[in-house]
Amino acid sequence: MLHKFMRKHDTTDIVMWLIGLGIFAAVIYGSYVTLFVTQKYEPSVWLDFTIFGLAQGSVYALIALGYTLVYGILFMINFAHGEVFTGGVFTAYFLAIAMADSGFIERHWILALLILMAVAMTVSVLVAVILERIAYRPLRGAPRLVPLITAIGASFFLQYTYRGIYGSGVKTYPDFPALDGKLNLFGREWPILTTQALVIVVSAIMMVFLYWYVQKTKAGKAMRAVAEDKEAAALMGIDVDRVIVNTFALGGAMAGVAGILYALLFKQVNAFMGFIPGIKAFTAAVLGGIGNVPGAMLGGLFLGIVESLGPSLILDGLGIPAPYQLKDAIAFTLLVLVLIFRPTGILGERLSEKKA
Amino acid sequence: MTTASQSEFILETIHVTKQFGGLTAVKDLSIQVPRKSIYSVIGPNGAGKTTFFNCITGFYKVTEGDILLDGESIVGLRPDIIVKKGISRTYQNIRLFQNLTALENVMVGHHPRMKAGWFGAVFNTPGTRREEAEARKLAMELLEFVGLKGYEYELATNLPYGQQRRLEIARALASEPKLLLLDEPTAGMNPSETEEMTNFIDNLRKDLGITVLLIEHDMRVVMTISDIITVLDYGQKIAEGKPEEVRANPRVIEAYLGRGAVTEQETQAA
Amino acid sequence: MDKELKFTWKDMLKYGVIAGVVAIYVILVGMVEAFNERYIIAETINLGQIALFSPVFLLAYFAANNARKIKSSLFAIITSIVVGLIGGAFVAGLLVLGTHMNLRAVFLNVSPELLDILHLGQEGMAGAIAANLIISATVGLLGGLFALMPHKWSNALLVGLSLVLLMGILQELMTITFGNKDWYKPIGEFIYAKKGLSWGGTALFLVLGIVLNLWRSSDKLRPGKKVAKLPRQQQMAVQIVAMLLGLAILLALPKFLGSYPSEILTTVGIYIIMGLGLNIVVGFAGLLDLGYVAFFAIGAYTVGILTTTGKLATVEWNFWMALPVAIFLAMMAGVLLGIPVLKMRGDYLAIVTLGFGEIIRVVVLSDWLKPYIGGAQGILQIPKPKIGNFVFKGPQQIYFLVLAGIIIVGYIAWRLRDARVGRAWKAMREDEDVAEAMGIHLVSTKLLAFATGAAFAGLAGAIFAAKLGSIFPHSFNLIVSINVLSLIIVGGIGSLPGVIVGALILVGLPELLREFADFRMLFYGALLVAMMLVKPEGFVPEKTHARELSEKEPFSSEIEPEAPARETI
Ligand SMILES: Nc1ncnc2c1ncn2[C@@H]1O[C@H](COP(=O)(O)OP(=O)(O)O)[C@@H](O)[C@H]1O
Ligand SMILES: [Mg+2]
Repeated sequence: MLHKFMRKHDTTDIVMWLIGLGIFAAVIYGSYVTLFVTQKYEPSVWLDFTIFGLAQGSVYALIALGYTLVYGILFMINFAHGEVFTGGVFTAYFLAIAMADSGFIERHWILALLILMAVAMTVSVLVAVILERIAYRPLRGAPRLVPLITAIGASFFLQYTYRGIYGSGVKTYPDFPALDGKLNLFGREWPILTTQALVIVVSAIMMVFLYWYVQKTKAGKAMRAVAEDKEAAALMGIDVDRVIVNTFALGGAMAGVAGILYALLFKQVNAFMGFIPGIKAFTAAVLGGIGNVPGAMLGGLFLGIVESLGPSLILDGLGIPAPYQLKDAIAFTLLVLVLIFRPTGILGERLSEKKA
Repeated sequence: MTTASQSEFILETIHVTKQFGGLTAVKDLSIQVPRKSIYSVIGPNGAGKTTFFNCITGFYKVTEGDILLDGESIVGLRPDIIVKKGISRTYQNIRLFQNLTALENVMVGHHPRMKAGWFGAVFNTPGTRREEAEARKLAMELLEFVGLKGYEYELATNLPYGQQRRLEIARALASEPKLLLLDEPTAGMNPSETEEMTNFIDNLRKDLGITVLLIEHDMRVVMTISDIITVLDYGQKIAEGKPEEVRANPRVIEAYLGRGAVTEQETQAA
Repeated sequence: MDKELKFTWKDMLKYGVIAGVVAIYVILVGMVEAFNERYIIAETINLGQIALFSPVFLLAYFAANNARKIKSSLFAIITSIVVGLIGGAFVAGLLVLGTHMNLRAVFLNVSPELLDILHLGQEGMAGAIAANLIISATVGLLGGLFALMPHKWSNALLVGLSLVLLMGILQELMTITFGNKDWYKPIGEFIYAKKGLSWGGTALFLVLGIVLNLWRSSDKLRPGKKVAKLPRQQQMAVQIVAMLLGLAILLALPKFLGSYPSEILTTVGIYIIMGLGLNIVVGFAGLLDLGYVAFFAIGAYTVGILTTTGKLATVEWNFWMALPVAIFLAMMAGVLLGIPVLKMRGDYLAIVTLGFGEIIRVVVLSDWLKPYIGGAQGILQIPKPKIGNFVFKGPQQIYFLVLAGIIIVGYIAWRLRDARVGRAWKAMREDEDVAEAMGIHLVSTKLLAFATGAAFAGLAGAIFAAKLGSIFPHSFNLIVSINVLSLIIVGGIGSLPGVIVGALILVGLPELLREFADFRMLFYGALLVAMMLVKPEGFVPEKTHARELSEKEPFSSEIEPEAPARETI
């Protein structure tokens, strides 16, 4: 029995399962202690955490779409996608300040928001498309690590370009007075901040739009055809280069909107702001099954909630001081665990790679 | 290697089945490969020949059935263990280590027969030095044997196609196999190259006493050198026997001609 | 992908616009202003101007090079001038805009000083615009002429100019190092002006570079060739003498150079050690590890915790006792972090290792472990290593520690490269499935690569802790991993000399250029992209060491031509 088992599994597999089990036990134990022993938080606090998680998760989801779309078509991780995101918000920041100074935001906040989103989208799309044209297109068909290293290089290049051009300081986005406080709708106050509600609603709209675009429009169908089989698509008269540019542009547009939503939630922008959310969004994409569009959305929401609840729920229960400092570690641990135990993600990879 | 039981067959597969999801690529396949024979597996494209090889070498786990090497089951073993036990292979679409030299490729092939580890290498112990020198010598000899003398320090990727094929065989031989699996070694070759390769395979058995399990597309090659032929279609054995028997088998002719085989093969089969 | 053979006015325009956009980029990102005080030649030409005009030069060169292939030389020359003019027009445009609008609200670097620089010494706006156009056109013309030169000469000229640039940059260092030495005074006075090279020095190095390059490429006089002709015995002797000589120079270096250059060299050396380690993981085994800094951190923190005499003092060991523990722990961490990524695809592996690195950084910074490892305040009072009475107190002494580390680690890497282990790594890098089918046990082979690489980083970290005397978590961020990755890619993935060259260029050079610090990562990023696009094998690629091996070939004479290959089976 044991012999046969050992034949099938390496010791390393067993070590990994033990580690996984240990983490699982820690999660259960930590949550148990927090919920039933110390009972540190009121139920309403958990609700707040969850809503905040949903809001930040929808931002992750929007960014994650960029990873997933590009991966679906080119099988490459666009490591610089976080910087595509930064480019949009950071550039729009200057406009936002001008609009705040002139009182425009106060007078027409919806219009102001739409303009900011349009600007952020434009810049992000530009960055994404230029990136594709200069850095990635010449490398199609190169060994897998080559475009990845390029993408890493591009990521740092862009970060320090933003820093060089716009400065290194942290900048604070202007307030949207109309969005202050809790949501007031249908004559009552809801237990959610207006900003958070807006972020969730806008990203939901964007995601529905994207889903429709990919499933129903001609361009979206071409995209899926290219993802299935580049050569066949080319033979059928689809301009593959163009579809790839479209894909980058679409991902960039989502990242642009995500940027403005991020600014609404967190208020602060700087040249390096995209890096960590970028990796987290990648985690979200992997969680949902990379290449899988609904998966990226789900993965984003899930990650957002885990990251928001995790520190207080799990780490606090384990007796770790200042657990919120470790929220990034939770996100990355989740990434590692998913890649180890279910590399195809929750919903499965939609566009898995063909064996050479 | 010396503990091998002296059964008549070096390799036996017993009701081997391999499924990919709903697709059964190899179905209930049993063959027995006699020692020092050239045993060919033929069949139309997609018949499951390569999959069968992948099952034998441990790259795929068989869904059902057993595979015996010298009477001992090798099912479920990792590929690197199976090479050690004496099966090595080449690939249908050449898979050399492109950015290593020809010599290095062959020396990697000898890996399972070497022992030197980290410390041996770093401290350059006499044992390591001797082993390394012997491996080099063997690799040089093998390169010469396959006609690649003078190309030792070329990167594999820079070699012409035919030489890459032969380098792959040299690499496979370097592991000192009892059984050599060749997956379409003449694919993409012109008639004279094919002829050369045919003689070469024949010599492998004569000079080295190795058993060869051959997948081949080219009927002429198969008919010339095989001792036994098994014909696969849709993963199943549809015929087995000596070349002349297989040639006359109506099911074989149908399997090939029914799918629009080239006229050249038609004349062969008729 | 067929490149059509044509070059039209539209292409000319395209190159010009690109030149202009790149020039604007260089200005906006702040290089022109930052480099403006760094004079290269005789208080006349500074690095800022070079940064400003090199886009025009390069694009005029490329344009002329393409034009030349299709049309006449005259057309190529015109092309290069037009490209220059367009580029100059862009810059002039920025100058006009910047003067009349407050661009600075967005573009931080468009300061009055910058606009002043863009005036190129002219008072009025019209003069400044004209100056921009004229100088740009001239630079474009130079680029065009460069393209038209025979290859041999343009190469030599390039080497000459690079040498001038390098020597110009080195001025400060030379003065710091040798300024008070008698023998240096006349030399210094001849080659250097107050700022940058003197005209005499410029001419000297330009000619020197050209002559050296022509001499080298003339192929006859290369020392290597001469040695190769000698009999084996003498060859060995020459090699040994060369090695001893090299070692003697290396040993004398810190004394000769003094403190500051030694400091730079130790930093470079620590990166060389890490580079040699990551080279095993990425270069040999093909496993892109972006969390490499974690092992460096473990090495440093182990030494820190075990030796510190400060607030966090534990056992207060000496460096030599802590060193093996540091290396061992880093190695164990390499194995532990290696296990989960064993079955991962290359790109996932990169992200996961990056995740590991970040997890470790976040955890180190947290309050959770602060009582043990100091959180953001780090670990202070790490004593200097000692051997007997010799204390490795400053850079001039730590240098020897680093040198010893490099020699040991370099030797190990060199031995492994051509051994069974190294071949297994490289085979795995090329094709994992086939490597396994050739009898390579993937799990142990991968873990061995991770462990070896991590051990090297652990050693580097230990030395780093001893060098600084205190360690802080911010020294161990992702940037370090990226730096190491960049240097092995620039040198040539998998190449041992490449690591050294890469470290000297990417770590050494920036240390000399303080104003460069802000642009360091910008350059690294651009360099990674450019290398992958243009020269993925690096500047000092791994040779197939054909000659080296064939010279040692002891068996060729023993093989009889028609002997049967083997009887062993
Ligand atoms: N890894 C795999 N996953 C799914 N199907 C596979 C895989 N490998 C082979 N197949 C399928 O198995 C069948 C047999 O393929 P193969 O063994 O390559 O045929 P042959 O070598 O005889 O041409 C084919 O239909 C092929 O598509
Ligand atoms: Mg096949």
